[in-house]
Amino acid sequence: MQLEYFRMVDRIVHLSAEDRMLRAEARVPDASPVFEGHFPGHPILPGVLMIETMAQTGGWLVLALGRFAQMAFLAQVKEAKMRSFVAPGALLETEATLLHDGSGYAVAKGRITSGGKSVADAELVFRTMPFPAPELREMMVETARRIGFPEELIAA
Amino acid sequence: MTTSTFDTIAGIIAETCDVPREKITPDAHVVKDLGIDSLDFLDVAFAIDKAFGIKMPLEKWTQEVNEGKAPAEQYFVLGNLSARIDELVATKPA
Repeated sequence: MQLEYFRMVDRIVHLSAEDRMLRAEARVPDASPVFEGHFPGHPILPGVLMIETMAQTGGWLVLALGRFAQMAFLAQVKEAKMRSFVAPGALLETEATLLHDGSGYAVAKGRITSGGKSVADAELVFRTMPFPAPELREMMVETARRIGFPEELIAA
Repeated sequence: MTTSTFDTIAGIIAETCDVPREKITPDAHVVKDLGIDSLDFLDVAFAIDKAFGIKMPLEKWTQEVNEGKAPAEQYFVLGNLSARIDELVATKPA
């Protein structure tokens, strides 16, 4: 994870188009300016960044199922629960399952665990639309390759 | 438009958007009369898709309205929306 750059997902671990599910890993950095304020003497990953991590995991799933033809933008977060503190250095397992592929939107269930313990979960709604800028798609494709996306799911 | 389709949609809107059921009539426009914005309409669309087992072609409808090829009322006045849902249900794959 690079918290300051909002790069939350490190590596795709499993992606199943059939089950409409994606699993990934994210290692919380040992040090970050974020922890200086959140909180002094008790550094923990902010809940909003847990939500962002679930959103990016779900976003990668939506992109994969749509073969990178459309971008997914977070539109709603429902029933978000932050169940455990997450300390610097923790390894997070993130998972997203697509609940519904709508026209112009998608709904996914997001979940984070760490060492078998529940960390956070939420239902996420995305607006889906053609990439508004070519450089955004280029950056998403480049990032997808870096985090181990199956090449066959990245359409040219 | 079948009455049961309209009633199902009206129930969804009342529940998901907190609109009094008596305000939800076949003549009501989703935006102008009921004050439902595009974000709240995502919840309505999700619930309608689930309830009827369809995928409402919102992108196509929006594009037609934006390009002036169809009046917004054709899709977003509830009686008409119910008729569009009936059409989608009638043509959905078995």
